[in-house]
Amino acid sequence: MEIAINNKRYTVEAGSDETLLNVLRNHLGMTGSKYGCGEGACGACKVLIDGVAAPSCITTIGSLAGKNITTIEGIAEEVLHPVQKSFLETDVFQCAYCASGMVIAAVSLLKKNEKPSEREIIQGMQGNICRCGTYPRIVRAIQLAANQKNGHGQTN
Amino acid sequence: MDKQIEDTSYPPEQYELTERPGYNFLLTRRSFFQVMGSGLAVTFSLGDGLAKSLDETFKDAEDQISAWIHVSETGTVSVYTGKAEVGQNIRTALTQIVAEELDVSLDKIEMVMGDTALTPYDQGTFGSRSVPYMGPQLRKAAANAREYLIELAGVHWKTGREFLRLEKGSIINDKNKLSIAIGALTKGKKIVRGINESVKVKPADQWKVAGKPVLKVNGTSFLTGKHKYVSDMTLPGMLYGKILRPPSYKAELVTVDTSGAERLADVTVVRDGNFIGVAAPTLKRAMDALMAIRAEWRPVSQPSRSEIFEHLKSKASAGTGRNDHTSGDLSDGFARADVKVEQTFHIDYIAHAPLEPRAGVAQWTGSKLSVWTGTQRPFGVQEELEDIFHIPKEDIRVIMPDTGSGYGGKHTGEAGIEAARLAKSTGTAVKVVWTREEEFTWAYFRPAGVIDVRAGVSKDGKLTAWEFHNYNSGGSGIETPYLVSAQKIQFHPSDSPLRQGSYRGLAGPANAFARECIMNDLALSLNMDPLAFRLKNLREERMKNVLEAAAQKFGWSTFKPSPNRGVGIACADEKGSFIATCAEVTFDPDSGDIRVVRVAASFECGAIINPNHLENQILGSLIQGMGGALFEWINFENGKILNPRFSEYRVPRFGDCPKIDIVMLNRVDIPSAGAGETPIMAIAPAIRNAIDQATGKKLYTLPLVPNGLPG
Repeated sequence: MEIAINNKRYTVEAGSDETLLNVLRNHLGMTGSKYGCGEGACGACKVLIDGVAAPSCITTIGSLAGKNITTIEGIAEEVLHPVQKSFLETDVFQCAYCASGMVIAAVSLLKKNEKPSEREIIQGMQGNICRCGTYPRIVRAIQLAANQKNGHGQTN
Repeated sequence: MDKQIEDTSYPPEQYELTERPGYNFLLTRRSFFQVMGSGLAVTFSLGDGLAKSLDETFKDAEDQISAWIHVSETGTVSVYTGKAEVGQNIRTALTQIVAEELDVSLDKIEMVMGDTALTPYDQGTFGSRSVPYMGPQLRKAAANAREYLIELAGVHWKTGREFLRLEKGSIINDKNKLSIAIGALTKGKKIVRGINESVKVKPADQWKVAGKPVLKVNGTSFLTGKHKYVSDMTLPGMLYGKILRPPSYKAELVTVDTSGAERLADVTVVRDGNFIGVAAPTLKRAMDALMAIRAEWRPVSQPSRSEIFEHLKSKASAGTGRNDHTSGDLSDGFARADVKVEQTFHIDYIAHAPLEPRAGVAQWTGSKLSVWTGTQRPFGVQEELEDIFHIPKEDIRVIMPDTGSGYGGKHTGEAGIEAARLAKSTGTAVKVVWTREEEFTWAYFRPAGVIDVRAGVSKDGKLTAWEFHNYNSGGSGIETPYLVSAQKIQFHPSDSPLRQGSYRGLAGPANAFARECIMNDLALSLNMDPLAFRLKNLREERMKNVLEAAAQKFGWSTFKPSPNRGVGIACADEKGSFIATCAEVTFDPDSGDIRVVRVAASFECGAIINPNHLENQILGSLIQGMGGALFEWINFENGKILNPRFSEYRVPRFGDCPKIDIVMLNRVDIPSAGAGETPIMAIAPAIRNAIDQATGKKLYTLPLVPNGLPG
């Protein structure tokens, strides 16, 4: 199977029913996407598929022909992505196991809606669990990223 | 599975649940100093053995060391502590403490944590102990390092102490206006020193780095996905392991046919007693191999959720004496009461559900074993491995990289033990990562329990009698902070059908729940304001302070209740810190939904080390506590967990969060206490009391409204 990840093409020896999460983590060594539930219920494994966040643990690689995947490893280029930067500045995390999935979900949300309301952020992030309970800080960090993107601060 | 691993009658964490005295084993000599290059090492020892100066030949006293700091010739500072990072950001807090005393920048400090080969013995990272116990040790060691470095500079310049000071990694000589980097002072020598008790640490009101909102020290590595949790690790030639689980607790293996698994290419099947596991070059193959095993099990009949409270009460012992508090004449106290209440509370089992499930990587090199696993007790896991594999502790190294949370749920080393058993047979490294279902089923739970409370109060609002019995859920936080001369408080251990153990605050949240519900009901039965009633019965000023601060922030006294909208208040203290929480809820009679719309909490734990991370701990405690308050519970039937998934076990999400205000009271005059547990204790009763005001319904269960509240 051939898959396009972070603007590179990879050939993996795996059946089409293999999950993207398993291929990323165990075939390609990209361990930034995390296993949390295996049923698309926690968001720790989220990646962007053609720019939209989706749980990689219930996505089979057979469904990815012609699609572009972006993982947490591909989010930052030379410098941190504005979303990562605002998460860092807000000092959001405790254990941070949810961090990759949260960043991916937030990037996806802001792509769709540059200036989301608090309510829209909450709705957009509802599929991601942070068991440490840092949700209010994540909301703040996303608002910060949105403000910066809208020219109220440093842009990337 | 080995008997030792699955002995649910006496799990290793049980000791903490019942709060027996901690271990105080002597260490076998491990020669920490072998890893040390030239430079200055300062050791903190538990006994007096190291109070005097040490040199390299003085090895015996190593057994007594609990922490040490090394200043290398490049000026980097390495701090060695057995504490572990599970998201409480203790790595950052301890770094700040050392930076403060040693006056080096944060990025020059490397924390070496939770590695049984490199760090001194530590009982474990639990019970809010890292800041109050490890903090002062490192502070002292760092202050001593500062003074030794100044002393060395004095020798270097032949100058008196009064002209020298340490600033930003260099010693400044105010006499000749020269400076020398701290790394340049040891001049190729290895110097080891103990603690001089007369060296002064900086008072909290003069802190410049400690007490400040420093960012998580390794924060970027998490945001870029680069940090390697144990579940992310690989070693050369590593295999993936899966373990055969029984269909229910205590089920006995009758027959097993592993030939289907053995026929698969490159699969190793390991059977050792009740332990049956497979290892394969890919995770997929390992899962296929597991599926190919045909096993027949004999279930063992056991209590289900529907009968759990009856069971726990009927099997309970008279009491342990350990957590008992008896004083005064109870019958006299009740005779003096004008109002009496009597209630029974039911507390369900709940799961920690850390987002990173248990994971372990193990590798044998000859007879020596290395295990990487996310545990709050690396040295405890080393002891488990010693017991199970019958090899000396010196041959076992347990390493704990920063882990995907624990909340009291990772005191054990199951996945590491399983990986080690598989690796022993394969001769390669093996990784075992539990599935979410395994984590929900085979880890351990916060204990279920029954709490019976009987209380009396006089017309003028003074408690006259207090009787409190906790069956099975635990004795932590069981004592009442309120003044009552006649009291009988007892914890009664019982027979838990599910494996149970430590949870954030142990039984503190359950005991505070029952106590604070009763305090609410007593106040209302006297037509008194629940805040005023509490203040009237409290003596502890620190508790009164948090109550008043939370109430003020919340606007307690000006709140006007309206139909289906109400507020509640509660407070608690544990391990030297104090929490008060106010909550406002709304009730939708059509859907039965209870929503927590607003929370204000005030917390005081002495001098604050990092206000930003402290606030995060309080925030997380409140939100996690809302889960156990409102809807988290484990359903089980005859030894089978019925809701072992996030789609079936509801945890708090973004949409559940109320508006939260947090007031932190900074008492620089009081030594810092831990903060990971106490803030969770008052949220559930505050919500319950708010539901009472909103709906007139008094609830006596945790969780309160797993299926909403019938209209």
